[in-house]
Amino acid sequence: MFRTFNLTVVAAAATALMASTALARDLVINFDDLNPGPKEGFETAVEKFKAANPDINVIVNINDREAHKTAIRNFLTADAPDVTSWYPGNRMGPFVDAGLFEPIDDVWEENGLKEDMAAIMPTMSRDGKIWGVPYSYYQWGIYYRKDIFDLLGLEEFATWDDMLAGCAKMKENGVTPFTIGVKFLWTAAGVFDYLNLRTNGYDVHNGLTAGEIKYTDPRIVATMDNWETLINECGFVDNHASMNWQDAIAPFANGDAAMYVMGNFSVDGYKNAGLTADQIDFMPFPTIDPDVPLAEEAPADAFFIPTNAKNKEDAKKFLAFIAQPDIQTEWNKTIGQLPPNAKAEISDDKFIQEGFALLNSATGLAQFYDRDAPAEMAKAGMEGFQKFMLDPSTKMEVLERLDEVAADVYK
Amino acid sequence: MSDLSANQDSWLTRNKLSVAPWFFLAPALAFFAIYVVIPIFESISLSFYEWNGLYAPDGSSTAVWVGFQNYVKLWDDPNFWVSLKNNLAWLILYMLAVPAGLFIALFLNQTVPGMRFYKSMFFFPFVISQVVVGLIFGWFYNPDFGVVGSIWKALYCEETTNILGNVTFRCSRNAPDILSSPEWATYGIIFAGLWPQIAYCMILYLTGLNNVASDQIEAARLDGAKGWKMLWYVVLPQLKPATFIAVVVTVIGALRSFDMIAIMTQGGPFGSTNVLAHYMYEVAISEYGERYGYGSAVATVLFLIMLVYISYFLWRMYQDEKVSR
Repeated sequence: MFRTFNLTVVAAAATALMASTALARDLVINFDDLNPGPKEGFETAVEKFKAANPDINVIVNINDREAHKTAIRNFLTADAPDVTSWYPGNRMGPFVDAGLFEPIDDVWEENGLKEDMAAIMPTMSRDGKIWGVPYSYYQWGIYYRKDIFDLLGLEEFATWDDMLAGCAKMKENGVTPFTIGVKFLWTAAGVFDYLNLRTNGYDVHNGLTAGEIKYTDPRIVATMDNWETLINECGFVDNHASMNWQDAIAPFANGDAAMYVMGNFSVDGYKNAGLTADQIDFMPFPTIDPDVPLAEEAPADAFFIPTNAKNKEDAKKFLAFIAQPDIQTEWNKTIGQLPPNAKAEISDDKFIQEGFALLNSATGLAQFYDRDAPAEMAKAGMEGFQKFMLDPSTKMEVLERLDEVAADVYK
Repeated sequence: MSDLSANQDSWLTRNKLSVAPWFFLAPALAFFAIYVVIPIFESISLSFYEWNGLYAPDGSSTAVWVGFQNYVKLWDDPNFWVSLKNNLAWLILYMLAVPAGLFIALFLNQTVPGMRFYKSMFFFPFVISQVVVGLIFGWFYNPDFGVVGSIWKALYCEETTNILGNVTFRCSRNAPDILSSPEWATYGIIFAGLWPQIAYCMILYLTGLNNVASDQIEAARLDGAKGWKMLWYVVLPQLKPATFIAVVVTVIGALRSFDMIAIMTQGGPFGSTNVLAHYMYEVAISEYGERYGYGSAVATVLFLIMLVYISYFLWRMYQDEKVSR
């Protein structure tokens, strides 16, 4: 059922043997996305790295995202590559704490990344050290049907009250304001994060996910009260608990629902559902409390060096290479996301343009509830949000249960 | 004479009758030990540790000894009790497969042209994978495009056009979202699980019915037995071995129910359809799990529950064997 302790020791010994026979200049890179766009972006960057470093023999392993999440737990010990893709925030926490990642402050120092990637640095750091180099990130916000807004004479919402008034108008005209599919839980966390970031701000988000603030704290209760208002006065599509995020595009594409709190990766989904660029647009989540500085959700993808890597010198070379503005520019144009390096250029896609402006003006970048909070807390939290969305009267019960879980997680 | 020759033969030749079975059993025993017995003990020992499944760079485990703490936590964990309660619901409702299988078998046990075809159609759900059954029922229950949703639309919804002129439906009542309802989702999954399980019990009873002694039926008929009395006093006692196996496989099927839940709800909404097997997977192996010690504690509890049934069944089988010898 579970891997034996002994087996791993044997496996580690076997790898050590293999390592001594491998060429010194091999550079093994594990990447985690087989989708055509991301794969192409990665492979192009690797080709350029090879051209710039002809003496390094680059070996690439590309795996499916979910498979990578499982495999990394074994290969970091048993058969470590020299570079692996992974996620910052709390997601890298267990590996950092187990000593499986190599700190790379020197890469950041020598390449001026502390200035060029200043906004994302806090989320790449843990225990006062920097652990990875991000190659891409993307914004979250509200994607909306421009054509429906035009028909109803609505503008992008700047404030919470604007949004509630707009929702009332949509409902009068038979449009459900929001679509969402919470079957796989995380979509609800996006709504929670934004309500919390707008109600209380970035520090409370971090305090909550770090276990310093209780879920029954009045500030979090205020966030949930706003969520209840959102459910009652705006409202989400029916049956959202049995839909995944792609299923939830259907009512949006059909014009039954007008808005979707989502990440920029969803634009592809809208286009595949038959919507044109003119029919959809992006707006930042409106302000709730004007005194709270705007922070945004911007999950990043990054590369890390395992402690057991055999060729750390070239691995650091590769990380420095993919941090370069020109590489990040091209890579993110291919995959339709944003380059974390402030000196990089962006494509003229309107969602990318708006996202870049939004994230550069943000006072803080949150990773996402399930990346900032530890796994156990994230699971319980997102289940709680799902329960609350199905029945808002369970609000306090949910928050009290989350405090119980938190007491155990952050001891 | 025989003593003399026995002394001349080697030990192996003298004992070949008792050695041979062990010789043939050895490979199976070795694999059983490696893949079943040793992991059970390993899992039990792991349940006394707190471990996120990671090893330090030098290959040493990062597990920390916590004694019975995982079990204490389990006791206070509402999700664990929900899972246990659902396991019980599975166990009780799954038993419906046994009588249902019996009646379908009795119904199919006739000589009608094309009977083999009907039998194979009834047996079909057992042949297809549980994953496929789960997917089919997931679609079946879907309130938007499933059979349930379509029937509901026909009854309670009217077709209109929305603001953009696209076809949409307005319903006077919301369609039942069975798999997202904390009250009904478990029963929805059990119902889906019953479909192949009934087929399994049916096939057990069909083979059992082949062995029912026709002279006894005839004798009973001459004595005036028919209908329920015939079934209860004459047929069922002869089906006792089939019933025994049907109950055993149904109990085990109910306790190890995992694939249907993983496919249809992943334990959701908010953990209300979890059973112990899936909860163990969720806390230990799934994306938000990484608590192997705690997962092992769940596994140990599930193992102990199974042990009760398994020991009882083994004991029963042993008793039956003794009688038949």
